[in-house]
Amino acid sequence: MEIVLISLLNGLVYGMLLFMLASGLTLIFSMMGVLNFAHASIYMIGAYLAFTVSQVLGFFPALIIAPILCGLLGAAIEIYGLRRVHHNGHIAELLFTFGLVFIIQRGVQMTWGMLPMAYRVPAILDFPLFTVYGANFPAYRGFMLLISAGMLLATWLLLKKTRIGLIIQAALTHPQMASSLGHNVPMVFTIVFAGGCLLAGLAGVIGGNYQTTEPGMAEAMGPIVFVVVVFGGLGSLAGCFIASIVMGVIQTFAVVIDYSFIDFLKPLGISVTADNLLTEILTVPVARIGALLPFAMMILILLFRPRGLLGTRDT
Amino acid sequence: MMLEVRNLHAYYGQSHILHGVDLEVGEGEIVSLLGRNGVGRSTTCKAIMGLVPPQGVVKYRGKDVAGLRSDLVARCGIGYVPEDRQIFPTLTVRQNLELGLKKAGKFGRWNFQDVFRLFPNLDARQDTAAGVLSGGEQQMLTMCRTLMGDPDLILIDEPTEGLAPKLVEQVGLLLEEIARRGVSILLVEQKLTIALKICARLYVMGHGRIVFEGTPADLNANADVRREWLEV
Repeated sequence: MEIVLISLLNGLVYGMLLFMLASGLTLIFSMMGVLNFAHASIYMIGAYLAFTVSQVLGFFPALIIAPILCGLLGAAIEIYGLRRVHHNGHIAELLFTFGLVFIIQRGVQMTWGMLPMAYRVPAILDFPLFTVYGANFPAYRGFMLLISAGMLLATWLLLKKTRIGLIIQAALTHPQMASSLGHNVPMVFTIVFAGGCLLAGLAGVIGGNYQTTEPGMAEAMGPIVFVVVVFGGLGSLAGCFIASIVMGVIQTFAVVIDYSFIDFLKPLGISVTADNLLTEILTVPVARIGALLPFAMMILILLFRPRGLLGTRDT
Repeated sequence: MMLEVRNLHAYYGQSHILHGVDLEVGEGEIVSLLGRNGVGRSTTCKAIMGLVPPQGVVKYRGKDVAGLRSDLVARCGIGYVPEDRQIFPTLTVRQNLELGLKKAGKFGRWNFQDVFRLFPNLDARQDTAAGVLSGGEQQMLTMCRTLMGDPDLILIDEPTEGLAPKLVEQVGLLLEEIARRGVSILLVEQKLTIALKICARLYVMGHGRIVFEGTPADLNANADVRREWLEV
């Protein structure tokens, strides 16, 4: 029971972190048609910047400064890179962001080195928030939940309650029309791209010390975020949110579940004992294939529901 | 001259669509642009708006606007109502109209009350997602959305296409109302009846250029032009 509760909370924390990354990615994609491969790289930069800034000014200033720097970096990438490449079509854009991944990767390694950073949870948040059946829930995870919920609310309010949000929503469906009505659509694109990078940077700040800040973190996070975007459905923030939480919970549960598939078959009265490949596969504990589950689910959803959970289009 | 187009060319990729279009719209004038499907009438509008890259001269009140970004063309005072309507389907009727405003709360000749008085249907469905409106209601919404931005010249592409006769009549009334408020109109139409009734001057297009220019009376008198370029 305590495992279920704690895993659920941990899954929620991880899911919200995923959502912070995936929401930016899905907004950028559905509006600009750009699949930004470098999105997780911005997440990594956020973590590294947060580490450096926090050494000088402390964690809480870093929580604000690092995401803003990531947002500015995003704006620069959009204005000086994507906008120019845009005329040459989507393949060029794809290759451009793909190239960025390597540049950022090398840049990070050259600046900060290959070893993991000593980016730690700030002392003030380093205590158990509460204890259930002897299992601790760290205060920092509670803090992560708070930050990500706050960000979710802020993004929602921005999109639904402000004029710029209205223009963003309009440009999502008919960018040309929004432009003919006198709205500066390229600027809206820059704002969305920078906003997505700001969110990714923030995810890096609070995720960098939750996981490890090291040069492989973008590679580790990138694929999962893509899975979330595909699973939730392109162009749907609500779908993206559900997918993030589902992925977060599944991945956390998979790690702690000690069963294998064969254990699920037993109650049905099926027993497999023969010594063959099938038995071998069935006896692998779920915990060991946990990391595979999201990708297996992505394949299933692509096969049976290509537009994703709540997607608005089939691309 | 309010709008002056000289030797306008436009391409879609490799295909050459406009072969040197010349036309003019004066202050407060209603001008029709007639012709069969595919002769380049819509492309002319798009090229003026900068939605298709124009080559040639497009002058608005003496200022060269050819190749400006669409939002800047719009901010000069040209409004555009596209043939495919392009309403924002997930947003409400009111939000669609709000998007027509170039700045929040900045009303010109048109405001929400005007629109809702002219079209009670839209009033009743203010908070409905625009995507579920009927075709006719969507057409009215598209025109009103552009009017909210208070253009001095409005390019309207096929407003009556696919509408029932009763609704065509409503579009006609709105066009008259637009003219009464001193807005110039460049009307792209296929239905001669409505175009001939409201316009002072007209152009006929064929194969990407202007093939006839005159008044409705001139066109009525010229059976050859009608047979060759208009009648199906």
